[in-house]
Amino acid sequence: MTQANAHTVDERLKAESFGSKLMKRPELGAIAGVVLVVLFFLVTADRSMFTMAGFMNFMTPAAQLGILAIGAALLMIGGEFDLSIGSMVAFAGLFFAVCVVNWGLPLIVAIPATFIFAALVGSINGTIVIRSGLPSFIVTLAFLFILRGLSLVGLKLATGGSTQLRGVREAVQGDWLAPVFSGDAFKGLFEALGRAGLVETFNNGAPKVPGIPVEIVWFIAMAIGATYVLLRTPVGNWIFASGGDANAASNSGVPVKKVKVSLFMLTACCAALVAIITVMDSGSTDARRGFQKEFEAIIAAVIGGCLLTGGYGSAIGAFFGAIIFGMVVIGLTYTDFDQDWFQVFLGGMLLIAVLFNNAIRKRVTGER
Amino acid sequence: MTQDTTFHHGDAPSVASIIEMRDIEKHFGNIIALAGVSFDVRPGECHCLLGDNGAGKSTFIKTMSGVHKPSAGEIFFEGKHMDFDSPRDAMEAGIATVFQDLAMIPLMSVTRNFFMGREPTKGRGLFKRLDAAKANRVTVEEMRNMGINLRGPDQAVGTLSGGERQTVAIARAVYFGAKVLILDEPTSALGVRQTSNVLATIDRVRKQGIGVVFITHNVRHAMSVGDRFTVLNRGKTLGTAKRGDITPEQLQDLMAGGQELAQLEGSLGGTV
Repeated sequence: MTQANAHTVDERLKAESFGSKLMKRPELGAIAGVVLVVLFFLVTADRSMFTMAGFMNFMTPAAQLGILAIGAALLMIGGEFDLSIGSMVAFAGLFFAVCVVNWGLPLIVAIPATFIFAALVGSINGTIVIRSGLPSFIVTLAFLFILRGLSLVGLKLATGGSTQLRGVREAVQGDWLAPVFSGDAFKGLFEALGRAGLVETFNNGAPKVPGIPVEIVWFIAMAIGATYVLLRTPVGNWIFASGGDANAASNSGVPVKKVKVSLFMLTACCAALVAIITVMDSGSTDARRGFQKEFEAIIAAVIGGCLLTGGYGSAIGAFFGAIIFGMVVIGLTYTDFDQDWFQVFLGGMLLIAVLFNNAIRKRVTGER
Repeated sequence: MTQDTTFHHGDAPSVASIIEMRDIEKHFGNIIALAGVSFDVRPGECHCLLGDNGAGKSTFIKTMSGVHKPSAGEIFFEGKHMDFDSPRDAMEAGIATVFQDLAMIPLMSVTRNFFMGREPTKGRGLFKRLDAAKANRVTVEEMRNMGINLRGPDQAVGTLSGGERQTVAIARAVYFGAKVLILDEPTSALGVRQTSNVLATIDRVRKQGIGVVFITHNVRHAMSVGDRFTVLNRGKTLGTAKRGDITPEQLQDLMAGGQELAQLEGSLGGTV
């Protein structure tokens, strides 16, 4: 091939339109879903859903799920599953509550300890999957039950027979680190906006929305962080490669085992973060915390464009997937529909997402 | 196929070997996959490793590229004794392997595949990030040098043809400074035209002073670019021959163990 014809365009290639380029983005489905759901609730729901207070209302559960979903999405892109995330929330919640209530540790010790503990459980999960070569589905299914059971047993041990451990709020009151993991962020800003008349206020002048719940801030920060890692760092490339074809990746020098074990640790830490936030928020922990969250997180990740076979997906997609979730869970209460339609919706959304993703994958790889 | 091929044949017998494998053995449980194989590659030559299915070719190159550790035997790299603990070690030393599965991920873009495991970065510490602009530029340039015009650096590898994927894998290895390039049956699944493209690529790579190990069971493909030929049979070497010292028929017989093929060939008119 000489330089003369090096720049000639292959005559068999058709120019690609902007539309078909867009079709190849993994998060497209989730964004389209958000638009659809917003349109649906604009028509059916009470006006108050789309006020600032309504927004915070549905974003809070979306954020709690979304933190898990982003971890689950990264792990799915890396080619593995973690069905133990929900149980991990309960288990990490128990560990955290015992740290602050029973042992009286300050948050600066208790929070890192909880993360280290969760990471350890995650690494056990990951190591078993990697060493045994068994599907992560089965291994983490076992941990779904093991961790849920341990949470129950542990709670009884810690409380002397009860399945609820109270007193977290009293224990952490006044701790300087508490505002990072509980309550609302940017309170000053919202007060200032209230005084300036830019947001709705109560009669006494206090803003109706006192601030942004911290989980939403964490959620957004994590979505940005995960997207940056995936698209703009070598580690992101390793995650895609490990999930796309672990054998090919390790033959090319990607440390596949390290990547996968780290991802298991990350999802466990996401569960720990949700546990810390929700336990501090409610002031107690119980064994049902995080129940079935693993499925919801995986569904949000799949709606966000993650392939079940790994190697493809996006954190932004999972972000929007979780928002769809929150909007539907909370949004139905603003409508005249029976709230139990939620589950039907969930299943339907998952099915559509999987069909859609399958079609996308064929487009990307040019499969026929 | 004799001297009338268009390819240049590096005849550099006095040059020291880049890699030398001495009496390599590899056992998997009670199976002896390799029973003492010796092999070496010199810069700028194409050393063909021939053998029928199950002869131990794959096990041998996996040992050379650090995937397996030999059960016995020694590896010398540029004169020094070497023990590769992982494929990464071997790669860093300059041994690049293009496996049959090509180590390509169809869902990922050509750029992401090209730099998989060796991503270019910019910035420091927490801000160390992928140099996406450089990665894209290099990929498009390198592929153009190999005669492939990409739609764009973000084109998924799944949309390339078999020969193009092979070329991406070879271009990648050469770009990352391979001293030894191991090609595992690069022509086995290709059509005539794509095969000659790959053979031409091998010749191009050899001219840059890289030692090429060309694994094949096709004697014609081997004869058209090879400088030396080593035949494996049932985990053993049956000797190394220089180009011109051996005929395609002799190679073919060595590969098959020299038995039934003689009769077969009679009935097929010697075209196997």
